[in-house]
Amino acid sequence: MSNWEEVGPERFFVITRGRDRQHAVTDFDLVTLVVARSRPEPTMQPEHAAILRICGSPLSVAEISAYLSLPNSLVIVLLSELLGTHKIEARAPIPAAALPDLSLLEAVIHGLQRL
Amino acid sequence: MDFSGSEPVRGPREAELLPATVAAAVKVVIVGGFGVGKTTLVGSVSEIRPLTTEETMTEAGVGIDDLAGVERKSSTTVAMDFGRITISEELVLYVFGTPGQERFWFLWNGLFEGALGAVVLVDTRRLEVSFDVLGRLEDRGVPFVVAVNSFPESPGYPLDELRAALDLPPHVPIVECDARTRESSRDVLMALMRYLYELAAQPVG
Repeated sequence: MSNWEEVGPERFFVITRGRDRQHAVTDFDLVTLVVARSRPEPTMQPEHAAILRICGSPLSVAEISAYLSLPNSLVIVLLSELLGTHKIEARAPIPAAALPDLSLLEAVIHGLQRL
Repeated sequence: MDFSGSEPVRGPREAELLPATVAAAVKVVIVGGFGVGKTTLVGSVSEIRPLTTEETMTEAGVGIDDLAGVERKSSTTVAMDFGRITISEELVLYVFGTPGQERFWFLWNGLFEGALGAVVLVDTRRLEVSFDVLGRLEDRGVPFVVAVNSFPESPGYPLDELRAALDLPPHVPIVECDARTRESSRDVLMALMRYLYELAAQPVG
């Protein structure tokens, strides 16, 4: 359930080194899948290294946020930086246009039937 | 999480890894008031132990009427539970339960954008919680089904009475469920997918 917590913005400011979150690539969705394309290096910012470490298999932005215990928008800033330096691969979600594709829905229905 | 130390971030467990072949994800959102069973439903259908993602929001962005506070707006952390279902080697479905506080549902950037659809989970003891959200989903063009979570102590009403009470259009499906069981929760998602299929298969106009 949701928490109301007072969060000091200083910590997030430090992690993003004061970079403006508004200028981050906003193409990342909660369910954009991320796969590491490079190994973590000791000289990296710890958050970058942590992302590369856990993304050996595909993980959604939401999962990365959960494992790192960092807010979603902050994770997106970090991912944008990693994408910019080709350290990760991002697999965009299937956009639900006005109406989703029938074959996509069939696939989901079949998948759910197997649950 | 403390990133300054040597404590490594714990990632997914071995059994929770997605196949490397998964190429794309889709999402659905479970909407409902506090205590209606969203977290229970997410936990029932998820193949992973449910996780919690969070977002920081500022009081000023929430439309608090205290204008004097704008210059010293405080950040608030809003949390959201979610689960995952691997549909195939290529496709994965994420199921998000909205945060408890209703005023954050439509402020969370990208929660409804791109979602296939939504499930409005209702408790017959507190139907009034649902009125506002039904209208807002319609306004945003998010297709939804209504699922009535049957609590042992809830009064049972025929679905057509509930449909009338919620002023649901005739085409919107309404189903009963027991969010504690995987099968029943799965059937709710199936009802949503079948409804989306019908909508998508309809000839335009």
